[in-house]
Amino acid sequence: MNSLFRKEYEIPANDFSVAGEASSSVRKLLNQLGVDPPIVKRTSIAMYEAEINAVIHGNGGKALVQFFEDKVTILISDEGPGIEDIELAMQEGYSTAPDRIREMGFGAGMGLSNIKKNADEFVLESEPGKGTRVHITMYLL
Amino acid sequence: MTVLEFSQQNGYTIISCAETAVDREISGVYICDLLSMAMVGVKDGNLWITVHTNINIIAVASLTNASCIVIPEDIPVESQTVKKAEEKGIILVQSPHTSYEISVRYYVQSGGDPS
Repeated sequence: MNSLFRKEYEIPANDFSVAGEASSSVRKLLNQLGVDPPIVKRTSIAMYEAEINAVIHGNGGKALVQFFEDKVTILISDEGPGIEDIELAMQEGYSTAPDRIREMGFGAGMGLSNIKKNADEFVLESEPGKGTRVHITMYLL
Repeated sequence: MTVLEFSQQNGYTIISCAETAVDREISGVYICDLLSMAMVGVKDGNLWITVHTNINIIAVASLTNASCIVIPEDIPVESQTVKKAEEKGIILVQSPHTSYEISVRYYVQSGGDPS
């Protein structure tokens, strides 16, 4: 099925002045479309975590968001260093964020588990040296 | 209780979007400094208390639809955070009190509804 419309966003590396802008824009669109507030909330959480990961770990990246009648698919991709051990990265509390990131309130090792808990579907593809792709699907109905 | 009422009653300073505080209702309080937890824990209309003053708190408040962010213990707020708050329509409030004192004040002054 073709998407109704799609949005693309650039996610700049290490630039916290715009970190979260892509997620905020998607949240606004979902609200305008009249999507149920709890679904908007879960989408915001999942997408924000993926976006912040791209900012912090991925040297920035891109977000591609496709809106369908019954779902939204979000792909956050980066060409950063990739994840060596995905299973370990998925463990709540595990983080490789440096101190300067932790001092801002990130790096608690909750990002990926927040995505898992809040997304309806979540696929993480990553390989060292080949970047990371986070696929999130949210069902709207 | 609105953000303006709560701030005025306690002598707190509103440092961004003060003009919208008169209409912004507070529904409950959430206290947390881990942004991933706040993303999940801050509910619509919550007054969110955090000691962080970096620019990322604005995105979190915006995405969670917090009624305002209250910075406790007169911690100075970076000017780029205030600027971003103005841009995004987020009300920032500065308080001399601790997080505990702020939440107790809200509890008592809002009539003791723990929700």
